[in-house]
Amino acid sequence: MTKFNYTAKDFKSAAEVRWCPGCGDYAIMNAVQKTMADMDIAHKDFAVISGIGCSSRFPYYMNTYGFHTIHGRAAAIASGVKSANPALTVWVMTGDGDSLAIGGNHFIHLVRRNIDINLVLFNNKIYGLTKGQYSPTSDRGKITKTSPFGTIEDSFVPGQLVLGSRGTFFARAVDSNVKHTQEVLAAAALHQGTSVVEVLQNCVIFNDGIHDYVSDPKFRSERQLFLKAGQPMIFGEEEDKGLIYDNGRLKVAKIGENGITREDILVHDPTDDNIGLQVALINMSLPEFPVAMGVIRSVEAPVYDQEMKKQIETVQQKRKISCMDELLHSGNTWTVDGENCDEPVKFFNQKCFE
Amino acid sequence: MKHTKVIELEEVAIRFSGDSGDGMQLTGTLFSDTSALLGNDISTFPDYPSEIRAPQGTVGGVSGFQVQFGKKKITTPGDLAHVLVAMNPAALKANAVFMNPGGTIIFDADSFNDKNLEKAQFKTNDPFAELKLEDFSLIPVPITSLTKESLKELELDNKSVLRCKNMFALGLICWMFDRPLDYIEKFIQSKFGKKSPLIAEANLLVLHAGYNYGMNLQHMTPQYIVHPAPIEKGIYRNINGNNATAWGFIAAAEKAGLPLFIGSYPITPATDVLQALAERKDLGVKSFQAEDEIAGICTTIGAAFAGHLGVTSTSGPGFALKSEALGLSVMAELPIVVVNVQRGGPSTGLPTKTEQSDLLQTLYGRNGESPVVVLAASTPSDCFYYAFLSAKIALERMVPVVLLTDGFLGNGSEPWRVPMMSELPSITPRKATNPETFLPYNRDPETLARDWAIPGMEGFEHRIGGLEKNNAGGVNQDPDNHQKNSEIRAAKVEKVVDMIPELELAGEPEGDLLVVGWGGTYGHMISSVNAMQEAGKKVSLAHFNYIKPLPKNTAEVFSKFKKIVVCELNMGQFASYLRDKLPEFEYRQINKMKGLPFSVFELVEKFEKILEA
Repeated sequence: MTKFNYTAKDFKSAAEVRWCPGCGDYAIMNAVQKTMADMDIAHKDFAVISGIGCSSRFPYYMNTYGFHTIHGRAAAIASGVKSANPALTVWVMTGDGDSLAIGGNHFIHLVRRNIDINLVLFNNKIYGLTKGQYSPTSDRGKITKTSPFGTIEDSFVPGQLVLGSRGTFFARAVDSNVKHTQEVLAAAALHQGTSVVEVLQNCVIFNDGIHDYVSDPKFRSERQLFLKAGQPMIFGEEEDKGLIYDNGRLKVAKIGENGITREDILVHDPTDDNIGLQVALINMSLPEFPVAMGVIRSVEAPVYDQEMKKQIETVQQKRKISCMDELLHSGNTWTVDGENCDEPVKFFNQKCFE
Repeated sequence: MKHTKVIELEEVAIRFSGDSGDGMQLTGTLFSDTSALLGNDISTFPDYPSEIRAPQGTVGGVSGFQVQFGKKKITTPGDLAHVLVAMNPAALKANAVFMNPGGTIIFDADSFNDKNLEKAQFKTNDPFAELKLEDFSLIPVPITSLTKESLKELELDNKSVLRCKNMFALGLICWMFDRPLDYIEKFIQSKFGKKSPLIAEANLLVLHAGYNYGMNLQHMTPQYIVHPAPIEKGIYRNINGNNATAWGFIAAAEKAGLPLFIGSYPITPATDVLQALAERKDLGVKSFQAEDEIAGICTTIGAAFAGHLGVTSTSGPGFALKSEALGLSVMAELPIVVVNVQRGGPSTGLPTKTEQSDLLQTLYGRNGESPVVVLAASTPSDCFYYAFLSAKIALERMVPVVLLTDGFLGNGSEPWRVPMMSELPSITPRKATNPETFLPYNRDPETLARDWAIPGMEGFEHRIGGLEKNNAGGVNQDPDNHQKNSEIRAAKVEKVVDMIPELELAGEPEGDLLVVGWGGTYGHMISSVNAMQEAGKKVSLAHFNYIKPLPKNTAEVFSKFKKIVVCELNMGQFASYLRDKLPEFEYRQINKMKGLPFSVFELVEKFEKILEA
């Protein structure tokens, strides 16, 4: 039984959606709206915060509270929103340029603090709104308008950054796989603390097909490994391949070959505090490995906004000062009451203040 | 028994100085508090190096604390000190220029050895002759050896023994000025008593040793008497500008019935504002030490979006980093207050020294047409009221407000008659009430302030942002819409003039010279103008706390004087602003860029020149 019986449609605002036709953002928005409807939380309690970039237009299209802020700062502004009012459900919609370049500092500190915010990272490996410059997730050698001879720098792997910042939740999905994206977003929404969901998103104009090798539905089961907690990490059309450790390194093994059975395949544990295997999963890339999809890490840890609230409550329970008048008169004070002393004059005695 | 030389003074300034590790700030503070408790009015000026521990014994590492107290209203820490306490030759060298001719210099004779003289780069072994201080009353006191002597019974390591030296100096000064020791004793007990009773005992022993030393050697030490000041009745406390600012925000939040949020990043000399607020969890203050200056203001904007009174504190370089986000709060029309405790610039500049050189940055330092309300506090204690008022304006007019203070106000302290909350005006945040008619940028026709609906309020869901918008908060980049909105944002700030009082003059409403100042220079300005008036000159002071908008009678006030001179600790920023706003007047300028406050002496001299010209 649900309280609100929302559908995804209830989360659409009246604003006209202005992404390019065929943009991956449409699919992500559908998944987010469906997820929010399923969360069964009142519209009024959602705040959707974004920075700058194509994906950051998102709040205008949502029938919730929304704030389209400035480049790179969504994580910081959302941190303020959630710390001020932990009762709100706060989502950050951001991209690879917004969160990993200009906003990199806010991004890692949001994750480190573990504020209960759901951050959706639209990773299209390009600057779209400024029309095609390389981003911090563009691969080395990528030719763009600002790298006409190819980039000479390595890219961030977002999951590495999240785990390196002591992140408690990281998941990955592909924009066109709406059903799976939605599952992942639902898990992110349930997580207490900062959840980062990297969505491999296609920019149809400036980086079309950048994720095709990974995301092509025809080869989905061969090229993507869908992780499930407590399940062996198996993939392939025939479900005949899986991950094993070989001399301390992750390796793809074929079940039935070299004596490998289903029991030998590593079991996924997103709740393992040790990040070793989770980082290895994040790092997996084609063609040697399938690309890991789903919830890679999800661990419990103290949540900043709750801790802030708790600390204030704890201090207030044994407080000696409970209002401003008491504070003003606390500590070292003395009384002046001599014969030659005047009556006090109020500082704000002008009538415009009354 | 020989007689003590007793000097009765209206006001006296003492400067404590030593290595930055010598505890001079504490010594000065304790003496100031004691004097305030006795009923003297006081004004203090800490002057310390930007390095926490600069090389010992060098002039660069000298830390000073000046306090002036008297039997009348004290408005400045004093241009020149009557008494200097110099813990080493470097301290003497750094402070000789701040001495009143014929004043008293107490110095630690033990530390005036060849090694230290060389460190302080004296060329001879007679530093007093070198600095031409022979006419001063010089009192050599073997502070180091007497401290050691008085602690020889205690089992204390040498380092801890030497750290008690400042208490000897303090005890001696307390005797000279007839101050009781009980307040200082209580302080020592509460600071060290529980944790390290031995340290407490040592400090107390040395404090008394210093006091008794003064009493026993009366023949050589002059004693000063300064009577209490006739001030307003009430309950008083000492407060510095940064604490007063922090408390003003808490008071505003309480009046407005809103929670207070500060998002901030440590920066000299503004850090104390953040610290003072972080301390007040008992009053529900949410403090967020951000990863950088930008996140400081951004979390504040986020909290304001969520319905809190959002404030952030910073100083010049940090203010520069916050400018883009400040522009967002202009565009989104969210009520935040930014306090800029100004310091010397540009760049890292002079972090621990005072200056007023962020005025133009505050007024104009953002992209686009980005008007904000600008206020400036003028004394350590009135930081409380201007912080309160900044919040009131922000919340009632839905506009960002920048409060300018400076290092001199932030660190300086004075006795303050504490108000009751009932003395302060009400604050009514513009919370939206009717979801049927609500649009985020519907405005009050009088004030142009928009309504404020916050996440969690049923039926008011809306989107806002940094893009130019329509009344519903949606993106609108039509030419006429941008023109109209730009004019509205400017007019909204100008309309704040209805909330602020008219410009008041200190002195006659007309005359030969109008002295104009703003912000933290007030104490020196009023003292110098008073001196001119006492000398029969037709000089008045117009000191500004409201920079943008300017009080509405400004032009009228200016028009009654033959000459106007604008005095500020920059190269003429307020003067250029006035030339822009009120071009019909001619503005002379007095400017100083030394990282120091004005001195009354230099101002009076310059005013006289202007009058003669």
